[in-house]
Amino acid sequence: MAEVRYAKAINMALDEALSEDPSVVLFGEDVAQAGGPFGVTRGLLDKHGELRVRDTPISEATIVGAAVGAAMSGLKPVVEIMFMDFVAISMDALVNQAAKARFMFGGQCTVPMVLRTPHGGGVNAGPQHSQCLEAWFAHIPGLKVVVPSNPSDANKLLKAAIADPDPVIFIENKAMYSLKGEMSETEEDVAIGKARIARSGTDVTIVSYGAAVNTALAAAKTLAQSNIEAEVIDLRSIQPWDEAAVLESLSRTHRLVILHEAVTSFGVGAEIAARMADIGFDELDAPIVRVGAPFMPVPFAKSLESQYLPNTDKVIAAVEQVLA
Amino acid sequence: MKSTKAGKPASKSQLLDFYERMLLVREAENKLSSLFADGEVPGFIHLSIGQEAVCVGVTAALEKQDTLASNHRGHGHALSKGVELESFFLEIMGKEEGICGGRGGSMHVADMSVGMLGANGIVGAGIPLAIGSALAHQVRKNDAIAVVFFGDGALAEGVLHESFNLAALWKLPVLFVCENNGWSEFSPANLQFVANVRDLAKAFDIPSQCVDGNEILDVHKAAEELTAAARRGDGPQLLECITHRVRGHFEGDPQKYRTEEEMTSLSEHDPITKFEKLVATKRITKKEMQSVRDKINQKISNAVDAGRGGSDPDFERARTDVYTAGEGL
Ligand SMILES: Cc1ncc(C[n+]2csc(CCOP(=O)(O)OP(=O)(O)O)c2C)c(N)n1
Ligand SMILES: [Mg+2]
Repeated sequence: MAEVRYAKAINMALDEALSEDPSVVLFGEDVAQAGGPFGVTRGLLDKHGELRVRDTPISEATIVGAAVGAAMSGLKPVVEIMFMDFVAISMDALVNQAAKARFMFGGQCTVPMVLRTPHGGGVNAGPQHSQCLEAWFAHIPGLKVVVPSNPSDANKLLKAAIADPDPVIFIENKAMYSLKGEMSETEEDVAIGKARIARSGTDVTIVSYGAAVNTALAAAKTLAQSNIEAEVIDLRSIQPWDEAAVLESLSRTHRLVILHEAVTSFGVGAEIAARMADIGFDELDAPIVRVGAPFMPVPFAKSLESQYLPNTDKVIAAVEQVLA
Repeated sequence: MKSTKAGKPASKSQLLDFYERMLLVREAENKLSSLFADGEVPGFIHLSIGQEAVCVGVTAALEKQDTLASNHRGHGHALSKGVELESFFLEIMGKEEGICGGRGGSMHVADMSVGMLGANGIVGAGIPLAIGSALAHQVRKNDAIAVVFFGDGALAEGVLHESFNLAALWKLPVLFVCENNGWSEFSPANLQFVANVRDLAKAFDIPSQCVDGNEILDVHKAAEELTAAARRGDGPQLLECITHRVRGHFEGDPQKYRTEEEMTSLSEHDPITKFEKLVATKRITKKEMQSVRDKINQKISNAVDAGRGGSDPDFERARTDVYTAGEGL
């Protein structure tokens, strides 16, 4: 099995989709000639041509609005928003157009578009280039939200997102682009809405998604040295999210920690905790603990950002708390 | 309907067709107005009475596969693009059998089967949708074009400026139609926008025409020329139509902000009265005109009956239809 970087795994999925389906088009800022601000779309213009792989001006509202109109008119657009913070400018197209079109037109059309965008800190990009805004989109009926944690999943989930008839927000992580991973060659079903057990364990369940899954795995490794076996669930997508998989794990471990990089307050973890406190109440031997960022913008300075971000120590402390 | 080629005088059958289409929009909206007053149409509705020559003149220059994005004042755009009348009334009356299952209403009438991509409750939002639709036509090389109708109020929205630029950069087959009725809700256009839409288009190298939007033959001629240009690959085109909003911003609007002088002068501009005067000088008889009116009235009366006969939408069906695969993916 080949090792591939996260960015390359995404590139391969885009290449495959463009090769297989003439209705797939790609556009965004600097994605064509320059190959993408993070090199993710390198080579795609040369291979697939300027009709279908296009650079856009810096017009986030219209890039996404055009993706919706194109998706309603027979294309499967994949658009890129350079940093997740910039989706603030595209919100009408996502929230009022893409998410609602199918419903408000009585199912007459679908909106098969994908918006790719990187979130996350860890590279000192500062307050306007680091935020994790996935909870915004998970809150919108009509949108799907996918957050892959490794190269192989990024590849398979992106193909699933492009094939999906509904609008998908596909969230990458800029700190992960150079991360290497094995490309799984199994035909294992990687579907939007299906979680995976990233590590089996019996003592506590740590639920996470995106790059934070790797933090959870690192914490689990350390915990194993003190004979604590943590199970790590990688949600893969947060809308829809695999409630059954989390409940099943909880029913074996009886303890739950939820980890994400986004701020804890009003976040994805709040929804998971509320559901498990409801349908998983009888399984819980301890209160659910959430680990996430404090309620503040992502700070720039190294010393500030490193304290801001969740890390293995914070996860270990949370696990110790639920086991106490 | 096939349109005549630009420059040729309209034939008798085409004149009758224009008349029928304008009357359809007018009488449908007159009926909606009374249904609204009687409480049979919920929510709020924006009527395009007085602006019928714009939607009819433009859509008569379109082909079925062309796509159209609209705005909050979209009944005329929908009906003249070919949305079926009964399902239109059923929708606006909030019924399951409505074209959108009663989930959208007046501000969201859409019919993908005729390329009507939807009215839109967000000012300006239809503009980038049309850009995307035009991109789809360009990529699929299907000879279709996209058209978008927007008001003078939308000129101040950022997406218009972005979309002019993108359409020009990509030479997209799109016709922008600005329905300039001088009002954005309760504010006059001169307090909303300092530039002029044709100057703006010019800055982006987008060819444009400005016509009296209450003269259907002028609107149609300009639309024929501009759609032909967009279709043959000349890139985006703009048509500005100067027109008049006869009713309030919404039904029930007391319009205290308009002068009596303006209100009394509105009838002078009525596109249907103007057209009736014009065709009286052609070979069209009073009897022929009357038979068009009778036909439209009958159609509308049938559509209202259909609307009244519709059922309340099923909540469970709506709730489980947010995603294509339904609930519990
Ligand atoms: C983004 C947005 N802002 C404000 C409104 C409220 N609104 C609805 S119609 C309208 C005026 C639009 O004027 P214009 O575009 O000229 O269209 P007209 O009503 O004259 O046909 C406003 C402000 C809205 N629907 N969407
Ligand atoms: Mg106006």
